[in-house]
Amino acid sequence: MRSDAIIWAAVAVVFSFLFIPIIVIVLYAFSTAPIPAWPIAAFTLHWFADTWADQAVRQALLLSLEVASVATVTAMILGTLAAMAVARMQSGAKEVVSFIAVLPIALPGILTGMALAAYFAFWGINLSYWTIVAGHATFCVVIVYNNVVARLRRMSHSLTDASADLGADAFRTFRLIQLPMMASAIGAGALLAFALSFDEVIVTTFTAGAQNTLPLWIFGAIRLGQQLPEVNVVVFAIILFTAIPVLLAQKLIGESGKVVR
Amino acid sequence: MDGTMQAPIVQLEGVAKSYGGTVALARVELTVRAGEFFTLLGPSGSGKTTTLRLIAGFERPDAGRIFLDGQDVAALPPFERAVNTVFQDYALFPHLTLMENVAYGLRAKKMPRVKAHEAARRALAAVQLEDFAVRKPTQLSGGQRQRVALARAMVNRPRVLLLDEPLGALDLKLRHQMQQELKHLQFETGITFIYVTHDQDEALSMSDRIAVFNHGKIEQVGTPIELYERPASAFVANFLGSSNILGDTLLRPEKLHLVPRAHAVPEGFEKRHGMVREAIYFGAVTRTVVALEDGGTLQVMEANIVPVQGALRFVVGDAVTVAWPRAAAVTIGNSDNKGEQ
Repeated sequence: MRSDAIIWAAVAVVFSFLFIPIIVIVLYAFSTAPIPAWPIAAFTLHWFADTWADQAVRQALLLSLEVASVATVTAMILGTLAAMAVARMQSGAKEVVSFIAVLPIALPGILTGMALAAYFAFWGINLSYWTIVAGHATFCVVIVYNNVVARLRRMSHSLTDASADLGADAFRTFRLIQLPMMASAIGAGALLAFALSFDEVIVTTFTAGAQNTLPLWIFGAIRLGQQLPEVNVVVFAIILFTAIPVLLAQKLIGESGKVVR
Repeated sequence: MDGTMQAPIVQLEGVAKSYGGTVALARVELTVRAGEFFTLLGPSGSGKTTTLRLIAGFERPDAGRIFLDGQDVAALPPFERAVNTVFQDYALFPHLTLMENVAYGLRAKKMPRVKAHEAARRALAAVQLEDFAVRKPTQLSGGQRQRVALARAMVNRPRVLLLDEPLGALDLKLRHQMQQELKHLQFETGITFIYVTHDQDEALSMSDRIAVFNHGKIEQVGTPIELYERPASAFVANFLGSSNILGDTLLRPEKLHLVPRAHAVPEGFEKRHGMVREAIYFGAVTRTVVALEDGGTLQVMEANIVPVQGALRFVVGDAVTVAWPRAAAVTIGNSDNKGEQ
């Protein structure tokens, strides 16, 4: 009983450390003071209206949503195809390709960012919306890939054999057997990929041109010490945008296995 | 049996298959006749499952030809072959209902949904699972899954049904019951069954003919009686039942008789003298191991026809004579796998 109490106390300390700053930021979003100060004197929704009206924030939000959507769709297609290809390989080649496939997520973001920036510069590609998408796709693909590979590993080979045995060609087998069985893994991977893309800063810094994603806008605003109440509102919005897909992903995975990041 | 029963339906000519450097099948010749219950028997890794997968089309042979109904199908994918398979792990589609599972093959062949579901319902009824049509396979017991797998394959009326150790995952009682049902189903439908197993009792009791596999080759093909009574090699003899081997002579333990030493042996009988080394009572039979005077041992299996009173007829240390009718001795060819099992 005593040791239980100690464990729960430790849990409480760790979770407080992790979540109190986030709660404080969320509270500041409702504070009337233009500069964050404690204790909060009065509450208002004023900053939400201001932020919504701010064109820079709107554009950043739109860009973030677009980038995350396109990177996620790209990841769903490439990650699933890669996982299916790897699942069919002989064990030797399998390990090598798996390693290469997950490398982008093992490498520090700053390396990926620098390398991509150098690569784009080498080919004379101007930094744009599409370079951000490419940068985000590097790690989004891995997330979907990992989820689908884990699913395929637990799927018996005899299922595709059985489908072929019953007269279904490769495409019919993919449509009626493989895709439905992978669907929740692809979906969970996609939701996580979306969340990761939505709050990505480092790779974006190197691959964005004049555009600002929402995290880049926050980064800039904090550095300049401007529009801090709006920053709090935006952070609040980002928490919602990323928490929802992660929770959904957990629920999806909970039905049929473990999440793999 | 009419004449058409004798026509070959599946033929393998010089079929070979390797994985990496390992030879799974070395130039196998095999003919299965229409309407037969044909069993591929052998230990794991002997090539029996590879043979089945080659007939189904999941593997392509490195060499040789595979005929189905006279047509060379070696290059055809599985979905273009008129055979269906019952898998060892049943391979039921977990996201589909039993109805959808059973109708899958008919739908793949473009049968309208209503008609396919009607046929699937009848197939499920035939295996007493009609009431479970809307359930998913995960809600079933092992025996029920087995029957769904059977219905899913049979509903397509295949020319040949391939069964890959279909009863391996079931407990003994259910296994015996399903053996009977499978045999009955095969007889009723007249569909050719090719059945893979490593269980000798299953092979002997169910098959019209058996091919015994060893190290990627077929050792012998024959009826259960031919294989058991006239095995071509020590391997076949040992794989189907137990046996004694004296030089190039094979003796089945149940065909030997034990008599007290110095007892006369009838005309036409061979004999050897020895001493009882082991005597074990099994209820229906008694197993006695005799160490022979001129070296070697013989295992004798005697039915306990006369009630056993108190003690066994022969106990360890008794001097005995083992006798057998000359006709019971089988001369076998050379084989690398001798000794008793």
